[in-house]
Amino acid sequence: MAVDKMEYDKMLKKASPNSKAYINIPMAFIIGGLICVLGQFLMTSYEKMGISTYFSGTVTSITLIFLSALLTGLNLYDNIAKHGGAGTLVPITGFANAVVAPALEFKAEGLILGLGAKLFTIAGPVIVYGVTASVIYGLIIYIFKLV
Amino acid sequence: MEILMEYGKAFLIGGIICAIGQVLIDYTKLSPARILVLFVVLGVVLSGIGWYQPLVDFAGAGATVPLSGFGHMLAKGVREAVTEDGLIGAFTGGLTATSAGIAAAIVFGLVVALIFKPGDKS
Repeated sequence: MAVDKMEYDKMLKKASPNSKAYINIPMAFIIGGLICVLGQFLMTSYEKMGISTYFSGTVTSITLIFLSALLTGLNLYDNIAKHGGAGTLVPITGFANAVVAPALEFKAEGLILGLGAKLFTIAGPVIVYGVTASVIYGLIIYIFKLV
Repeated sequence: MEILMEYGKAFLIGGIICAIGQVLIDYTKLSPARILVLFVVLGVVLSGIGWYQPLVDFAGAGATVPLSGFGHMLAKGVREAVTEDGLIGAFTGGLTATSAGIAAAIVFGLVVALIFKPGDKS
């Protein structure tokens, strides 16, 4: 049977992730939603403790990053991520996981170019493109006097 | 009751944003790293055109916890800094607003990577 590339792509799509999209997408929705609910709970609690609205979001982010780093160290975050997919990737906890996991994995290659460098495997690109986008935005609003 | 509504909205919007990420994983060949970059840049763009703040006002952590919220923080920081300080604000605003998150990720990342042993990937 001759299979050209397009047909092969179609077969591949049928065979791999797509076939489970009807499970993956609701799971991402639920797990991602729950992580955000945890964030909302922390934020509300911090505000009740007297932290200003201005800082409560930041303290919430720090807490979630801490929890995710710890769970990654204990090898538990990956277990949740197996079911959560993008639900565990897209929240800030997924970012923290992407910081810790490669750093931990490549620790054996040394503290500088192993741990220290691999810490930025994912964080690096995210910061590079995020900050660049924000500087471009800043230049646009400055030049065109939009603020 | 009001607090339940708050959690409900955070769940709904946070869930939808993550589901969009899952759709991208399942139906495109985007790697997780590209998805994270995409969400941050999208957060900057959506915040820039004024669409993200209403989402934050509506959903709270449902909009700030996903990485698009990090992009929103970058853009919001730049906007405030340009308003206050002019041109230099375009360069200072983003990292200033997100500094706590970045510092936390670096420090907790370092400490955890130092203390724990790499687990098996099974």
